[in-house]
Amino acid sequence: MPSKPAGRTRTAQPAERVAVRKTYKLYIGGAFPRSESGRSYPVTDPAGTLLAHAAQASRKDLRDAVTAARKAFAGWSRATAYNRGQVLYRIAEMMEGRREQFIAEIVAAEGGGADAAAAQVDAAVDRWVWYAGWSDKYAQVVGGANPVAGPYFNFSLPEPSGVVGIVAPQESSLLGFVSVVAPALTTGNTVVVVASSQRPLPAVSLTEALATSDLPGGVLNLLTGSVDELAPWLASHRDVNCLDLTGVPAADRVPLAQAAADTVKRVLAPATLDLAAEPGTSRLAAFVETKTVWHPLGV
Amino acid sequence: MSIALSQTSASGAVGTAAAGLADAGRDDASLRRFLHGLPGVDQVGAEARAAALATRSIKTTAKAWAIDTAIRMVDLTTLEGSDTAGKVRSLCGKAARPDPWDASVPAVAAVCVYPDLVATAVQVLRGTGVQVASVATAFPSGRAALATKLVDVAEAVAAGASEIDMVIDRGAFLSGQYAKVFDEIVAVKQACGSAHLKVILETGELVTLDSVRRASWLALLAGGDFIKTSTGKVSPAATPPVALVMLQAVRDFAARTGEVRGVKLAGGIRTTKEAVRYLVMVNEVAGQRWLDPATFRFGASSLLNDLLQQRHKLTTGAYDGPDYVSID
Repeated sequence: MPSKPAGRTRTAQPAERVAVRKTYKLYIGGAFPRSESGRSYPVTDPAGTLLAHAAQASRKDLRDAVTAARKAFAGWSRATAYNRGQVLYRIAEMMEGRREQFIAEIVAAEGGGADAAAAQVDAAVDRWVWYAGWSDKYAQVVGGANPVAGPYFNFSLPEPSGVVGIVAPQESSLLGFVSVVAPALTTGNTVVVVASSQRPLPAVSLTEALATSDLPGGVLNLLTGSVDELAPWLASHRDVNCLDLTGVPAADRVPLAQAAADTVKRVLAPATLDLAAEPGTSRLAAFVETKTVWHPLGV
Repeated sequence: MSIALSQTSASGAVGTAAAGLADAGRDDASLRRFLHGLPGVDQVGAEARAAALATRSIKTTAKAWAIDTAIRMVDLTTLEGSDTAGKVRSLCGKAARPDPWDASVPAVAAVCVYPDLVATAVQVLRGTGVQVASVATAFPSGRAALATKLVDVAEAVAAGASEIDMVIDRGAFLSGQYAKVFDEIVAVKQACGSAHLKVILETGELVTLDSVRRASWLALLAGGDFIKTSTGKVSPAATPPVALVMLQAVRDFAARTGEVRGVKLAGGIRTTKEAVRYLVMVNEVAGQRWLDPATFRFGASSLLNDLLQQRHKLTTGAYDGPDYVSID
């Protein structure tokens, strides 16, 4: 019961305030919808205490997410590399401002101490900065001029593959997530990502930072829910060009890779993901197509 | 002004039950009396009814049937200033065989082009069963002298068009010159000869549903074989409430005269979901009798691609993408 203020000062007993809790929703096409199926599922901390209910995406949410990603692809892939780098750096800035929130969410989701969580948040922010820097540089590393036996200037350029479907790592809720989506975005792809099933909340909060980072709507689309339910639809979707199975256990990857083979998707299924190590450029090179141009000389 | 209703197909089969209708077209005053005597449309009610029909869920085998039916009802259309004979030829190829990988996909109903490209389309489509429709009468504005419009129609028919999509003079209709619009439709119908006549009402410019109902009846009385929503050049084009009112008009016209006329929805229908909703509406408002390419059509270009993608989804079980259908 709210108590009546006495004169100009409130009574000693503070009014009890109803907490405003966040609804953890999907992020599709720059908007935050609930699942079209109306489903949600409980997310708990490692001890089993309820943290929140997250949206449980259906295959139709996935379909909508792929449509949004396809629609956003033209704009994002044609943005200059310099501009993409600026946007990715902006994401790092936005995350920095929410540092405390991410630390608290990681502690809740993964357990462990605040120090470890803080280190993970810092590493995630740094990872955006790392890839932002690579944005206008990887083409020089991955592409280049080729010596050919003829009067031609021959050069190869990496171009984005298209829509990349990603299953994010299950353990590391924030750093793992950033480590798989950032490289795909850096090279100009658009992304549909399924967050960790048990620990989706930090990734959902990250999308709130993305929404204020000048990242065009639809460039990254987040689904939360059951990987087992969503991954087959992602793998078989004919409008998805690449598949990143980092978050799928090795034993479950074969049927997904087979479904992806039907449309000749690029499939990335790394044995391990070392989050502590410097990322290198292997993930940047994973989801690009190489275009080679023969330019006549002496004309 | 006297209106020669005897020249129209509306009069031929009109029996005694339709005596009132024959009178309606006798002169300007009786036409006005009839059209303004039509019951007004409850706009809120029409929108609610259209929205309620859109909530039906059509799945699995019913969806497969609806997709194939919708494909058979498509008037594959290209009406751009940049159209070329080559583009029309490729469109005709697609009309006859929408999916190169799957011969079980039915052909579309017709190809709709500008009059000067009719000959090209006729040549490619000979023997396929796909009709060639042509827009005419100074499409899309309809702002030309009647003589010019009739020449436009005659040339399209001479080139081999079996269906003519004419536009009404919206300016005349909105200023209440119903007889002028009526006479024009009658004259165009005559110029069509054996070709089917679709009368484009351009409902986006008629403003109210009451006007849509009046224009629908006017076109039906004057002998239009189809009433068609839009040119596709004006927004809004086909909307569910407009479709509802037009379907009611053909249903009521058939009830009073025994003659079954068609409805063509054109413009803005791009997804299978929308198309299936309209099929539900046809079935519920007009009746099952109208679920046929002879009496219901979709004027569309991009709709066919979405129908094919949804068909792929049903046959393969995987979501399809635009990479697997032709661009035009």
